Amino acid sequence: MPDPILRVEQLEKRYEDVQAVRGVSFSVEEGEVFGLLGPNGAGKTSTIEVLEGLRVPDGGRVSVCGYDPQKNPNELKNVIGATLQATSLPDKLRVEEAVRMFAGFYKRRRNPDELLKRFGLEEKRHSFYNQLSGGQKQRLALAMALINDPRVLFLDEPTAGLDPQVRREIYSVIEELKAEKKTIVLTTHYIEEAERLCDRVAIIDHGKLIAEGTPRELKQSSANTTRVEVRLSKPASDGALKNLDGVVDAREVDGAYVLHCQRTAPAIVALVKHLEAENNELISLEIATPSLEDVFIELTGRRLRD
Amino acid sequence: MRTVLTLAAMRIRITLRNKTFLFFSLIMPLVIFFLYGTVFARSKPESVTYLMGPILSFTVMGTFWGLSMQLVIWREQGILRRFRLAPLSSGSMIGSSILANYVLIFPTVILELLLARFLYHVTHFGNLVSVFVLVILGITSFGALGLVVASVTNTMQETQIINQLLWFALIFLSGATVPLAVLPHFVQRIGLFLPATYFIYGLQRAMLDRAGLLSLGMVLFSLAAWAVLAYFISTQLFRWEPEAKLPRNAKLWAVSTILPFILLGIWENQNGRLLGNAAAMLSDRPTENAPPAERAK
Repeated sequence: MPDPILRVEQLEKRYEDVQAVRGVSFSVEEGEVFGLLGPNGAGKTSTIEVLEGLRVPDGGRVSVCGYDPQKNPNELKNVIGATLQATSLPDKLRVEEAVRMFAGFYKRRRNPDELLKRFGLEEKRHSFYNQLSGGQKQRLALAMALINDPRVLFLDEPTAGLDPQVRREIYSVIEELKAEKKTIVLTTHYIEEAERLCDRVAIIDHGKLIAEGTPRELKQSSANTTRVEVRLSKPASDGALKNLDGVVDAREVDGAYVLHCQRTAPAIVALVKHLEAENNELISLEIATPSLEDVFIELTGRRLRD
Repeated sequence: MRTVLTLAAMRIRITLRNKTFLFFSLIMPLVIFFLYGTVFARSKPESVTYLMGPILSFTVMGTFWGLSMQLVIWREQGILRRFRLAPLSSGSMIGSSILANYVLIFPTVILELLLARFLYHVTHFGNLVSVFVLVILGITSFGALGLVVASVTNTMQETQIINQLLWFALIFLSGATVPLAVLPHFVQRIGLFLPATYFIYGLQRAMLDRAGLLSLGMVLFSLAAWAVLAYFISTQLFRWEPEAKLPRNAKLWAVSTILPFILLGIWENQNGRLLGNAAAMLSDRPTENAPPAERAK
């Protein structure tokens, strides 16, 4: 197997007294779409910004396209492209000017007109940055990230804050890039995004990588279980629910109880009996096959969008 | 170098699209020009010549204001971090802002000289080479002052406050509003530590006494040394990220950029001729056209 294009070993990042990243390791192969999935504040952005050379790591080793972001920042910047979370452009800069100017900063560059066309910004080429909608700004950010035809593309929460329709638009753009075998590292807290776009996903929580694999592999880790989510009229103890026949795991999440059941039918019968005995009532009951969200809940006991 | 030019061109373009900029760099200087020329100098050519120093200094010194604000706003809004993703150095970000400032300020300076020539019939501008060298050095050094301010302030509000304080010191203690020679003695002594004092003095000596580059050597050297120091310190303290912390000694470094003028101020206070020359230039001009403060006396 060829050497990975990107390698992270025991990465640590601290901000004063907050330990944002605690010993994260992973690697990404060329042509792969790799997702860092986790709730806000999990350490995804810190990790990706160390890879982009924007932040100095406090420990561990990082290599992107063979470069150490701290030792060879300019060589690295020439071969990567990125969209950032908290960023902007000058209000009175026009779309076309922005793309052309950034093209001028690189040795290797793509045709700005083609990129504008590809990202549906042709009609907006003379608009000021502050006249663009959220989706248009994100498309411009993607066009600018590709201007140097990068070997690795970093997308930090590419669809955060966008409405569902725009989000789907961005998905299809990323899917196109994926079809071109572009190496992409993206962070997200949307399950759908990770499942739909990523070849491999690393789940990050509290600065630690807690699971890694293809979406399918991750789901298979809770494969033989069914997810049953119930709402009750009175609180029940997790322990009691966990001991029910057929139930592997039970947790309270956002006021509901999520049961992972190996045998669904006996588990539901047992649950109903238990509730009757406890004088508790069932308000709602939902049965689903596990998703990445369930994997996350199983691993952390919390929902992603806490 | 090409990236500096690209960035400077972008800065010029977006600045010209900004109405606030046009107000502060064109309208305000012209208001001051006409106020000084028509009201204080009563359109008398000799008096206008005397006041050209203060008038041009307003235009040139104002550069630090816009420069610091833009840098801080760009940092606050995360614009700088987008630029940081590209292979750019802090030097090219900073250099381009000063370069853009030349292009943006020079036309106003030329316009003021032309208006003085054709509106107030000023025929003698003294040593124009000295005037232009001073203007060039002034734009660089007061621009670098703006960069230093931006490097030690974190928010737009902080920058505004510091700018406001600096601006008052620069215009009231230097001879830009009230001629140095009529200021109270102790204020004159303080003024001798301000770059603005030397800048205005240099402009007036060039225009009124036809002072050449050599006789303005000390002023030119101090302005240049200040500019180099300030530029160097601001590249060292440059922060791309809004949450980037200031190094512990940053404020000390920032203040240390004024060192050339501390030295010059001490020297001038001991045995300099600046105050004497400033008084002579003031009394040489026709007395009925006294500038505002003297009339108020």
